[in-house]
Amino acid sequence: LPQAKYKERGTVLAEDQLAQMSKQLDMFKTNLEEFASKHKQEIRKNPQFRVQFQDMCATIGVDPLASGKGFWSEMLGVGDFYYELGVQIIEVCLALKHRNGGLITLEELHQQVLKGRGKFAQDVSQDDLLRAIKKLKVLGNGFGIIPVGGTYLIQSVPAELNMDHTVVLQLAEKKGYVTVGEIRSSLKWETERAKQVLEHLLKEGMAWLDTQAAGDPQYWLPALFTELYSQEITPEEAKEAIP
Amino acid sequence: SAKIVVHLHPASSNKEPGPFQSSKYSYIKLSFKEHGQIEFYRRLSEEITQRRWENVPAAQTIQVNRSSQAGRIRAVGIVGIERKLEEKRKETDKNISEAFEDLSKLMEKAKEMVELSKSIANKIKEKQGDITEDETVRFKSYLLSMGIANPVTRETYGSGTHYHMQLAKQLAGILQTPLEERGGIMSLTEVYCLVNRARGLELLSPEDLVNACKMLESLKLPLRLRIFDSGVMVIELQSHNEEEMVASALETVSEKGSLTADEFAKLVGMSVLLAKERLLLAEKMGHLCRDDSVEGLRFYPNLFMTQS
Repeated sequence: LPQAKYKERGTVLAEDQLAQMSKQLDMFKTNLEEFASKHKQEIRKNPQFRVQFQDMCATIGVDPLASGKGFWSEMLGVGDFYYELGVQIIEVCLALKHRNGGLITLEELHQQVLKGRGKFAQDVSQDDLLRAIKKLKVLGNGFGIIPVGGTYLIQSVPAELNMDHTVVLQLAEKKGYVTVGEIRSSLKWETERAKQVLEHLLKEGMAWLDTQAAGDPQYWLPALFTELYSQEITPEEAKEAIP
Repeated sequence: SAKIVVHLHPASSNKEPGPFQSSKYSYIKLSFKEHGQIEFYRRLSEEITQRRWENVPAAQTIQVNRSSQAGRIRAVGIVGIERKLEEKRKETDKNISEAFEDLSKLMEKAKEMVELSKSIANKIKEKQGDITEDETVRFKSYLLSMGIANPVTRETYGSGTHYHMQLAKQLAGILQTPLEERGGIMSLTEVYCLVNRARGLELLSPEDLVNACKMLESLKLPLRLRIFDSGVMVIELQSHNEEEMVASALETVSEKGSLTADEFAKLVGMSVLLAKERLLLAEKMGHLCRDDSVEGLRFYPNLFMTQS
């Protein structure tokens, strides 16, 4: 009988707390509404403010982008902003995949996304893109963010890129290409290891081989071709992006 | 070139501050390289006589910003322009700092919610399953609203909220036709784009989509979520049988001798991503062999199987 009494008490305690949470939730919703009425524009227009907002959420353990049904998304409109950006990122990556094998610099992605959004759309920052991409990972399409030389390469295909591949990409970032010789001298790897990595990148379409270069054959990364930056997405490529 | 020199009186003591504190010159020299000095002199003399800048009528002052405490600002000359900019800067700064202040206060409250949810989660752990179904559902929906990860299961608010159930049913309706048009199978990224483009507003987060799709099978809906070895996630019609499609893929590859994922995709009218998954599955089932070279990944019918 005492057991049952304790059990009951336990149930009541949880019920109490749930009721309390429900009340506090309503209050919080009101606070958020008030905040939104005053500062919703700030979030929309100010990338710096968005960063601050996201960082603070992360600090306290809240993910404002977890669900479109969350208060943050509904009342501040942050959700729609990032989820739409996600769609635009997917489209650009799909359209350019055949050129770069599914690897693209954050800069180029940024440029292409801005172009796609048009003159009158809200500005988006690189930070915004990164946050949108982090959310896209959960869709299983292989979205990944690879730090290289102060910026990032964005992967959008489910190709396996391990530490070795990443390090070689970082090495290639300076000139847009890399050779077996350079890998051996910079990373102190054996030829076989370097070759395996480079061949994997070739197979994935992320690297192109130039055997006509003077000296060592050069493995170029289309993702890093600066000359390609300003190239428009062709109508054929755009069709590829929208199935 | 012609020159006009304008001599200035010393500044009066009640003069408002300008762009510079002081100058060593007491005159301005205007140089006219390509005429215009006569007309200019005429107009300048007129204005100096009229001194119109000393009577700024009330109607011409800048409209007062609603939340600004400052009174009217005289919009006269460079000083006026600078003033306007300064006021605008201050206003923007004030807005931002007010926004940050309000944001901090809001976050304090949000933090309390997180603490409370942790405490409830602990209670649930202690009770080890003595919590009712209803309480679980309620708790999960609270977490969903706040964007708090489910402290008990570690999933972001976990699947199984009413919202995701409804969403799953909606998706089954929306996706039926598109799936049929695409051979019964679509990648989750395709679905994400399709659904959100159609919505326009109140978009789904990637997590919303995944969590809803995870419920498709248990809700006995005519679609299901499938995850390939590569991690690629797709939605298939229940009636779709990928293993059967493999048989037809084998035929296609045999006809052509060999195919890469790109070639197969073009032939069949599929996305390269899904074409590759089908060929990989065919390989897994033993129907195809791969030739993996720097020229790409090419699939051949597995003659070891059929001709041994």
